[in-house]
Amino acid sequence: MTSNRENPEAALSVASVSHVFGERSALRNVTFEIAPGRFAALLGLNGAGKTTLFSLITRLLALQQGSIKVAGLDVTRMGSRALAPLGVVFQQPALDLDLSVRQNLRYFAALQGLSRASADDRMMRTLEDLAMPERIDEKVRVLNGGHRRRVEIVRALMHEPSVLLLDEATVGLDVPTRATIVDHVHNLASERGIAVLWATHLIDEIRAADDLIVLNAGQVIESGRVGEVVSRVGAADLAGAFHGLIEKDSLSPSRKDPA
Amino acid sequence: MTALHYGRAFAGIAEREFLRFFQQKERFFAALVRPLVWLLIFATGLRAALGASSLPPYVTDITYEVYIVPGLMAMVQLFNGMQSSLSMVYDREMGSMKVLLTTPLPRAFLLFARLLAGVIVSLLQVYAFLIIARLVGIDVPWSGLLTVLLPLVLTGLMLGALGMLLASTIKQLENFAGVMNFVIFPMFFASSALYPLAKVQESSLFLYWLCRLNPLSHAVELIRFALYGQFNVMAFVIVCGALACFLGTAVVAYDPARGLQSRKDSP
Repeated sequence: MTSNRENPEAALSVASVSHVFGERSALRNVTFEIAPGRFAALLGLNGAGKTTLFSLITRLLALQQGSIKVAGLDVTRMGSRALAPLGVVFQQPALDLDLSVRQNLRYFAALQGLSRASADDRMMRTLEDLAMPERIDEKVRVLNGGHRRRVEIVRALMHEPSVLLLDEATVGLDVPTRATIVDHVHNLASERGIAVLWATHLIDEIRAADDLIVLNAGQVIESGRVGEVVSRVGAADLAGAFHGLIEKDSLSPSRKDPA
Repeated sequence: MTALHYGRAFAGIAEREFLRFFQQKERFFAALVRPLVWLLIFATGLRAALGASSLPPYVTDITYEVYIVPGLMAMVQLFNGMQSSLSMVYDREMGSMKVLLTTPLPRAFLLFARLLAGVIVSLLQVYAFLIIARLVGIDVPWSGLLTVLLPLVLTGLMLGALGMLLASTIKQLENFAGVMNFVIFPMFFASSALYPLAKVQESSLFLYWLCRLNPLSHAVELIRFALYGQFNVMAFVIVCGALACFLGTAVVAYDPARGLQSRKDSP
């Protein structure tokens, strides 16, 4: 999955990306690709650089070094048009609390250029998938955290993106709600062919068949299928592999200036 | 991106602004009550002290209430522009600004659409105020309601762009009240909204020049002349220039590579 040669069929391609904030290095030479229909977990401790990477992919920060392509579209050269195939769920909730679920989703659909009829049809179908169509006319303010997160996912899927980014999407949710959301997003990858980049620090959200990118102090320290990574590290499970990788990296003499 | 996409996006942004405005009923009443208090209490009280004026564009002597109406229309737009910037700071804190900025439309278009939607909301408030002023007997020509439309759009855009620029410099919602006090009140009082600049010149040359340098003075004069079917070229040029300046700087401020946001949003 990590390769210096660019695969033209990759849904998301991040190549040699580095980023600094003043003197502080946040990302260093980050390279990976995600194929269509794959669920890739971006695993890292808090401060590893996951949110910076998301901000670069979504153009909320300008790319300083390297290149990023979404469905083959270069985010630097193509500008905002490169964001068309992208659906994003940010770590921070982004819904308007004083509007209803329907009003929020219609607003986002309009920004994506969808007609009112098309927006209404898609939101109903996706809300049904997430078992909450009856909440459509309720204000977001009255929804609990889990339901708000589901609406965020529906919002990110309204324009039927080919790449879905989720930044710590389950933070603060209870275990059953987390499981429902994790299942749903895995199904989106396997059934609809959406490439998913799922940033998390929670190991139990990652499955053996997923792709894995381990980010530490702004660097990709390991990547590949979860099973392969675990056996390469020689650990019993992913938790053991992750802790082993972090420990090894922190002792590495080549590492300096943690993000 | 097609023209249809742009049109739908603008309609969506405008609809959201309307929904938010009408859901905040206090905001609507405050927007209406504020200029009416100035008109019906402040201006009535000062009528005797300040007397009448026949300065252009007025052809006969007018009462102070009539004089103050264009200034109060600009005041409604000034408050609305600052309210829009507060709303942008709120959106940034709540995360919905990210949703707007990660759609596949040019950032300048998104900001302009947001600005224009705010102006449409401000027009509703200004016309509601004008109609009430007319109903309580303030002598404003009915035809002025039509001829003042373009100046109101320009003034709304200029003040909204200023608000947008301010929003890009404000880090937290809590800091907003200070900015309001340092922008709204000095801008309003150091303008031709409440007193003719010719009279100001007689009492303080410093205040006169301060008012002349204030773009709100020129917005007020643009509105005042248009309300009586006249066109103030100088005011028009200055308002357009200030609009271009504020809007250009606001767009740069929201550019992730160069803008103020990039320096503040480091995760």
